Amino acid sequence: MALLEVKDLEVEFPLGRITLQAIRKVSFSLEKGERLGIVGESGAGKSVAAFSILNLLSRPGRISGGEILFEGDDISKFDDRQMRSIRGNRISMIFQDPMMTLNPVLTVATQMIECLKAHRKISKKEAWDISVSKLKEVMIPSPEERMESYPHELSGGMRQRVVIAMALLTDPEIIIADEPTTALDVTIQAEIMVLMLDLCKSNNVGLILITHDLAVVSQVTERIMVMYAGRVVEEGGTKEVITNPKHPYTRGLLKALPQENTAGSRLNQIRGTMPSLNALPKGCAFNPRCDFATKECHQVVPKLEGRDGHNTACIHLEKIPSFKSELGNQ
Amino acid sequence: MQATLVMFVISLIGFSIQDNLGDPLRELVGQSVSEKERDALRDRMGLNDPFLVQYGRFLSNAVQGDLGNSYFFKKPALEVIARKFPATLELVIGATFIIIFSSVPLGIYSAIKPNSWLTRFILGISIVGISVPVFLTAIFSIYIFSVELGWMPSFGRGETTAPFGWDSGFFNGDGLLHLILPSLSLASIMMPLFIRLIRSEMMEILQMDYIRFAWAKGLYPKRIWFLHAFKNTLLPVITVGGVQVGTMLAYTILTESVFQWPGMGFLFLEAVNRVDTPLIIAYIIVVGLIFVVTNTVVDLLYTWVNPTVKLVGQKS
Repeated sequence: MALLEVKDLEVEFPLGRITLQAIRKVSFSLEKGERLGIVGESGAGKSVAAFSILNLLSRPGRISGGEILFEGDDISKFDDRQMRSIRGNRISMIFQDPMMTLNPVLTVATQMIECLKAHRKISKKEAWDISVSKLKEVMIPSPEERMESYPHELSGGMRQRVVIAMALLTDPEIIIADEPTTALDVTIQAEIMVLMLDLCKSNNVGLILITHDLAVVSQVTERIMVMYAGRVVEEGGTKEVITNPKHPYTRGLLKALPQENTAGSRLNQIRGTMPSLNALPKGCAFNPRCDFATKECHQVVPKLEGRDGHNTACIHLEKIPSFKSELGNQ
Repeated sequence: MQATLVMFVISLIGFSIQDNLGDPLRELVGQSVSEKERDALRDRMGLNDPFLVQYGRFLSNAVQGDLGNSYFFKKPALEVIARKFPATLELVIGATFIIIFSSVPLGIYSAIKPNSWLTRFILGISIVGISVPVFLTAIFSIYIFSVELGWMPSFGRGETTAPFGWDSGFFNGDGLLHLILPSLSLASIMMPLFIRLIRSEMMEILQMDYIRFAWAKGLYPKRIWFLHAFKNTLLPVITVGGVQVGTMLAYTILTESVFQWPGMGFLFLEAVNRVDTPLIIAYIIVVGLIFVVTNTVVDLLYTWVNPTVKLVGQKS
């Protein structure tokens, strides 16, 4: 049994008369110590999927279908009290912008110790010691002093390290990281990513990494899941998907990355934009932007199918040339 | 420094209006004194001197703590005001307590449960509170609680004791009973404002990422509401609160006159009726001083709550 298993998850946002379906029939699983990357453009539903695991959807969002099994228990049906024992204890989160994640009027010590005290019967001294040791783990210099700091006294990279240390405080089984490096400088991004990778490996923590940065995903994760307009369009081993992407959308994302041998030329981009959730095209949601789209694509919602764990949701897989040959033609 | 400047401007304005308040001599001496004698008296009192000379004299006395003698009481104006000050202070303290202990829980509740019927009720009542002027609230509360129900006294401070050297109504039942209605009506103008302020600030804070992160950390809801969210809510509330203390002092004039409360505000109204200029100016200056002091206290409080603000010269 997988540690975390999400089955046919559906999330909707009832907004007055209309109801937006943010997530449609999304399934994935995570083994202990496994690292999964969820990739997609803004609005693809990756953050919503992440937040729905801990039932932290912003109002009025709600899980309208499916199951979220954590060690076999469906935590999507848990009440607030049961959910509290999971949040920050067994599954913790790292948010996107470290400038906004820490409470500006409370010290680092307060914010770390309260987390331990919320989940364990523990003295302040013990909690302090654990917090300091975690700050050391994320390589914060002079952690004892930093404990007394307020968030505004720390740099962005330092704050994200503090947030990571907080996520590790209770030795959780899973960490969900929602674009943890997007708001940071490029140089610090790499540092933080390497740090997270090392910590997840050494502590055998499962990681769900949400990002739109394919480079980051390829370095850190073992499996990858590509989302588009609330559905999974491709999933598989990271290396396999990156080197041999099948879905036109995944290909588009990869082609949009700068390549070594195409310096100076214009970057490829996927034409058009992600459709709004209240005006999704019929059939495959990607069809208005797809080079291979046919009449059929406007009628059928493709199923996620494939071999060896590499699944793709596209009905034209046979027609589409292999990714390597396509790149070679340019 | 700034405070000194503010006090200087207040004294200038206060002093310059005195000529426009009417002739103090009329109240002072009555009808039978001839115009010649009046003029001599004016000369002796320095009322015929140029404005700047009068103001200079006033200022040099003022910095030594002498704001002139009240024409009516024939005593130093400051002393007259100081005797009435505890009554007003107690009224303001009573009202402040009522405001804090009602608007904080009600504001927080209505922010946490924005759609409950109780929230709608609270907000509805607070609209009424804002719209009804304080003298009406006062008169109605007298009518209901004193006249009809007979629970509360309708005027005065009641019995006072002086355990610390000033007359206080805090330390005996009768004094406290007399305090309830006046401080309630005084509080009624500020309470709705603060409930709404706390509610809207808190609702905004509850949307912040750090609150969501606090939930993701699995903290107890009480800790998230009362520490994480409320401490951030306090910042703008403290700022507004400091300014409102001044407004509240102004409203004591109304409240005190309705309840015949022997405080500064009541005294001020009497002084205006008697054209007791030194007393009027002294009142304006004392109120200005209170305003400056409370705002300084508020600034200090603000730095205590908000770690990102440091006073100039304070080590970071």
